[in-house]
Amino acid sequence: MLLFFLKKLIWAVATLIFASVVVFLALEIVPGDPAQVMLGINATDEAVAALRENLGLNKPAIERYFSWISGMVVGDFGRSYTYSVDVRELVADRIAISLPLALIALALSTIIALPVGIYAASRRGKIADTVVMAISQFGIAIPNFWFALLMVYVLAIWLQLVPAGGFPGWTEGFWTALKSLLLPAIALALPQAAILSRVTRSALLETMGEDYIRTARAKGLSKRATLWNHALRNAMIPVLTILGLQFAYLLAGTIIIENVFYLPGLGRLVFQAINLRDLIVVESVVMMLVATIIVINLLVDLAYVWVDPRLRTRAS
Amino acid sequence: MNTSEFFKTALRNRSFSIGLFISALVIGMALVSYIWTPYSVIDLDIGGKLKAPNATYWFGTDHFGRDIFSMIMVGARNSIAVALVAVIVGIGVGVPIGCWAAARGGFLDEALMRGNDVIFAFPALLSAVMITAVFGPGAINAIIAIGIFNIPVFARLARGAALSLWPRDFIMAARAAGKSSFRITWEHIVPNMTNLLIVQGTIAFALGILQEAGLAYVGLGTQPPFPSWGKMLNEAQTMMSFAPHMAIFPGVAIVITVLGLNLLGDGLRDVLDPRIAKDRT
Amino acid sequence: MLDIKNLTLSISGTPILNDVNLSVGAGKILGIVGESGSGKSLTALSTMQLLPDGSAIDGEILLKGKDILQANEEEMQRVRGQEISMIFQEPMTALNPVHTIGAQVCEAIRNSTDLSKSELETRAIETLEKVGLPVSRFPLSRYPHELSGGQRQRVMIAMACAQQPSLMIADEPTTALDVTLQAQILNLLRSIVDETGMSLILISHDLAVVAEVTDDIVVMRNGEVLDAGPTGDVLRKLNHPYTAQLAKASTHVPQRNSAPVLSAEQKSNGSIPILKARDIVRDYPTARKSLFQREKPFRAVKGVNFELFKGQSMGLVGESGCGKSTLARIVLGLDKPTSGNVNFLGHDLANVEGEEMRQARRNVQVVFQDPFASFNPRHRVERLVSEPLYLEPELSKSDRRDRVRSALSEVGMNDTALDKYPHEFSGGQRQRLAIARALITRPALIVADEPVSALDVSIRAQVLDLLADLRERLDLTYLFISHDLGVVRAICDEVMVMDAGEIVEHGPVTDVFTAPKSQAAKELVDATPNLERALANRVD
Repeated sequence: MLLFFLKKLIWAVATLIFASVVVFLALEIVPGDPAQVMLGINATDEAVAALRENLGLNKPAIERYFSWISGMVVGDFGRSYTYSVDVRELVADRIAISLPLALIALALSTIIALPVGIYAASRRGKIADTVVMAISQFGIAIPNFWFALLMVYVLAIWLQLVPAGGFPGWTEGFWTALKSLLLPAIALALPQAAILSRVTRSALLETMGEDYIRTARAKGLSKRATLWNHALRNAMIPVLTILGLQFAYLLAGTIIIENVFYLPGLGRLVFQAINLRDLIVVESVVMMLVATIIVINLLVDLAYVWVDPRLRTRAS
Repeated sequence: MNTSEFFKTALRNRSFSIGLFISALVIGMALVSYIWTPYSVIDLDIGGKLKAPNATYWFGTDHFGRDIFSMIMVGARNSIAVALVAVIVGIGVGVPIGCWAAARGGFLDEALMRGNDVIFAFPALLSAVMITAVFGPGAINAIIAIGIFNIPVFARLARGAALSLWPRDFIMAARAAGKSSFRITWEHIVPNMTNLLIVQGTIAFALGILQEAGLAYVGLGTQPPFPSWGKMLNEAQTMMSFAPHMAIFPGVAIVITVLGLNLLGDGLRDVLDPRIAKDRT
Repeated sequence: MLDIKNLTLSISGTPILNDVNLSVGAGKILGIVGESGSGKSLTALSTMQLLPDGSAIDGEILLKGKDILQANEEEMQRVRGQEISMIFQEPMTALNPVHTIGAQVCEAIRNSTDLSKSELETRAIETLEKVGLPVSRFPLSRYPHELSGGQRQRVMIAMACAQQPSLMIADEPTTALDVTLQAQILNLLRSIVDETGMSLILISHDLAVVAEVTDDIVVMRNGEVLDAGPTGDVLRKLNHPYTAQLAKASTHVPQRNSAPVLSAEQKSNGSIPILKARDIVRDYPTARKSLFQREKPFRAVKGVNFELFKGQSMGLVGESGCGKSTLARIVLGLDKPTSGNVNFLGHDLANVEGEEMRQARRNVQVVFQDPFASFNPRHRVERLVSEPLYLEPELSKSDRRDRVRSALSEVGMNDTALDKYPHEFSGGQRQRLAIARALITRPALIVADEPVSALDVSIRAQVLDLLADLRERLDLTYLFISHDLGVVRAICDEVMVMDAGEIVEHGPVTDVFTAPKSQAAKELVDATPNLERALANRVD
C-alpha cells in the first residue's frame, strides 16, 4: 500500500520535472535575444546588457534551469522586469482568485452532474432521461465563455441583478468576494456538468449490465437497491478519470473566463505578460498551473484506490 | 458491412442523420464562402455599423459595418481547418505512439505513457500561451496547441485498444505465421480500432472547435483581418449592452456546429459498436 | 415444488421458448440439458423473472402451487433469494469487485430478516463455513479478487443458500472450472440438497455431469422440451432420437484405420523424433514486493522433457495454470524458454531467428480454442486462410490461391467461402477454416489448443472426425492440448499429464486413463465426468 503511494508520488514528481523542462525549453527557443525582445527595439545597448546580466542570461542554460527550478521550490520565482516586483507577489494575488474559482466550479459541476446522471440512468429510456440527455447534449456544445457573456447580458445588463464583473478582493469579506466568483463559477461549471452527467449515466448503465448486478437481483434486491449498493461505486471509476481531466479544462477555462468578468486572476496576468513579453511571468504562471494539474491528478490516482479494492491488493 | 449497407443502417439512426445534416451544412457553408459571401468581410462600412438584424443584413452588422452572416461563413473555414488539422495531428502522432507502446510493452510502454501524462498536464490553452509568448500570435499556434493536446488522447485510446487486441487468438495466429509486430499492428491491430478512432476523431473535432473559439477569444488564435467565431465574440463583449446580436450569432454558430459533430459521433458509436458486439457473441 | 406449464417466451419478437413444461419435486435434482441456443438458461431466468427488456412471456410457473408469473415486482423480490435462488456460470464476474464477501453474503441474509449487524455476521460465517470456506482462512473482509474461481463459486453458493430457499437454480455452475473443482462443487451442491431438503435445477451442456448428479432430466432443443423423465431411464433407454444423438456425440470416438503411434515402439524401431524438448524451463517475473526486493520469479514450466514422433497424436492435459499453454507457445516458437532447448526437425526453436525460424514455422501451425476470436473480423476467408503463406514468399499469386482452395477442400469446404467474412459462418465451420489455415503451409506438426472445447457436442464430434481423418491422410503429427480427458482419449495415441509445471505422467492413453499412476492423473481421471461410468454407478 505504502509502496503504491510512494510510486505514485515519485511519478508525480518525475512528471513535474519533465513538465518544467518542457516549459523551460519552450521559452528558451525564443527567437533573438530575450532581453532585447523584452525591452523592445528602442532600448539602448547598455539597458539590454544590464537586463541580460540581471536575468542571468549570460550563464549556460543548464545553470539557469537549475537556478529557476530551485528558486521555484523555495518560492522564489524571480523578478518581473515589466512590473518591477517579485513574480511571487504578482502570482500570489492572482492565484487567490483563479484557483478558488476553478475549485468552486469543479465542486459545482460534480454536485450537479452526479445526481442528474444517476437520475437519468435510473429512468433510462423514459421521458425524463431523454430530456436530461437532450439538455446535456446542448450543454456540451456551449462554449463556457459565451455562456458567461449571455449570463452577463441577461443578469447584469438587462435585469441589472448583479454587477457585470470585477472583484472586490478577499479583504472585502469572504462572502462578498465569493459572490463575485459565483457567476463565473456557474458559467464554467454548467458545460462541464453536462459532460460529467453523461459520463455518470453511461458508466452506471454499463455497470448495470454486469454479472454481479444480476447476482444482486437474484438475491432479491430491488432495481433501486442494486443501483445504489452495487452499481454506483463501480461506476465511479470512469467518473473519477473524467473528473481529473476536467480539472485541467476548468483551470484553462478559468483563465479564459476571467476576461469576461474582468477578474484580476492569473489569466489577466498571463495575457498582459504576453503582450509585454514578460517571459518570466509567463514561465512562472504556466509552471504553476501545470503543477496544480499534476497534483490534482495525483489525488485522483489516490482516490481510485479508495474506490477500487483491487488496486489496494495490487499495491500492497 | 460495405459502404451502402453502412449508410442504410446509419441513416436510420436519428443522432447520426441530424449530426450528418448539420455537419454537412456547416462544411458546405465554409466551402461556399470561398467563392461567394453576401458581403465582403474585409471592406469596412463605418456608416452602416452596429445594425440590428434586418432584411438586408440577416444577422446585423458589427462595429465596422461588416455583415455578421458573411463573417460567420468565413469564420467557419477557420474553425474547421484548425480543428481538423489538430485531429489529424492527434491521430497521426498519437496512434503510432499508442500502438508502439502496446506492441513493445515493458519499459518502453511505461516511458511513453508517462510522456503522455506530461503532455496531459498541458491544456491547449497553456501550450498556446507558451507558443504565443515565444513566436507571437497566429492561427498556427492554435493548431499546434490543440494538436499537441490531442496526441495523448489518441495515444491512450490506441494503446488501450491495441492491448485488448494483442492477446486475441487471431493475433497469435499471425505471430505463428512469423509476422513482425509492426506488420501485425498494421494488418490486424489498426484496422480493428478504426471504429474507435472515427468516433473519437469526431468528438475531438467538436472539442477542437470549442478550444479554437476559446483561444481566438483571448487573442491567441487567428489574427485580423480574418474573421473567426471566437474573435467575433471578443469584439462583441464591449458592445453587449447596445449590440447583443454581435455576441449571439457567432455563439449560436459554435453551438450548432459542435452539437452537430457530437451527434454525429454519438450516432457513429451506436451504428459501429453493435458490429463489434455481434462478432463476439 | 416447481411446475412450469406451457411456458412460451419471445424476446423482441424472436421466439425463444415454445410450450415448455417441466416440474421439480421437493428435495429432487432436475437436470436441464441442451446445446447452445436450446433455451435452457432463459427457462431459468424466466422462473426468476430476470429476463431482458422486450421479453413477452406466457404460461404458468407454479411455485408450491402459486403462479409466480402473476406476481408483481415487489412479490418477486421476496421470491428471489428467499424462495428461489440462483447461481451462474462465470464466478469471476458474478461477485461485485468492490464489496467484501462478508458484505455480499450479509446482504443476502439481511434481505429476509432484520438481524443486528453482529448476528448477521455470525450467520454469514456459518453459511460460508457450510460451503467450505472456514472463517479462519476466509475472513468476511476478503474481497472477491483475493479468491480463486472455485472459491468464488462457493461464495455464490453461500449467498444462494443464505436465505434457505426451497429451490436453487444452478446455471452451468461448473463450466468455467477445472474438472477437479467441478467435482467438488457438484458434491457440495448434492450434499446441500441432501441436508436441507431443497430442490435443485442443474442446467448443463454436459450429459455426464447430469447423469452423475440428477434425479430427473429434461432435454431441450430450440426452445422446446424434447425428452423428459427419470435420468437413469432416459439416458439408458435413449428412446428419443435427439437424446440418443447427444449421448452418442458426447462419447464419440473417431474411427481409425491405422495403429496408434507409440513413443516406445518408435524408439525401439530407431525412429528419430520430429520434436525433442529437453529440460525446458520458463520463468515469469513477478511483481515487486517492496522497493528493493523482487519476489522470486514464477516458474511456469519446470524442466520438461518429451519427444514427438512422426504421425503421433500426443495429448497434453492438466488443470488451468499447470503450464500447458506456456509449453505450447514454446513449441510454436511464440515464446522462448528461459533455459533448455527444443529441437524441431533440426532447428533449435529456442535460439533460431530470421530465415531459419521461418523454415521451422512452416512446419508447425496452430489451431485455437475459440473459433470466434481466432479470425480477424475484417478480413475475408481467402486472406485469413492464406495468412501463414507469409512464410512462403516465393509463391505466386495463383499458387497461393490454389493452396487456399486445396486447404479448404481438405476440411470439406468449397470455394464459395473464399470471399466471405468470418461472421458469416457457424462455430463449427469457423473451426474448419481454422484447421484449413493451419494446413496451408503443409506442416508436419499441428498444435491444437483446446480446439473443440467451445463447440457443442454434435459439432465437436464432426471436428474430431475431421482431425482424425486429416492425420491419417496427410500424415500429420498433433500436439493436442485439452482439459477434457474424453476428447484426448478419443483422438490421441499417447498422453502427457502436466501438474504445476512438470510432466508427472506420460504413456499410452488407455494405460493412463484406466490405471493412472500419479496423484495428479488419478485426480483428473476420477473427477472427469464419464457418461458410461455415471450410468453404471446410478442406483436407479
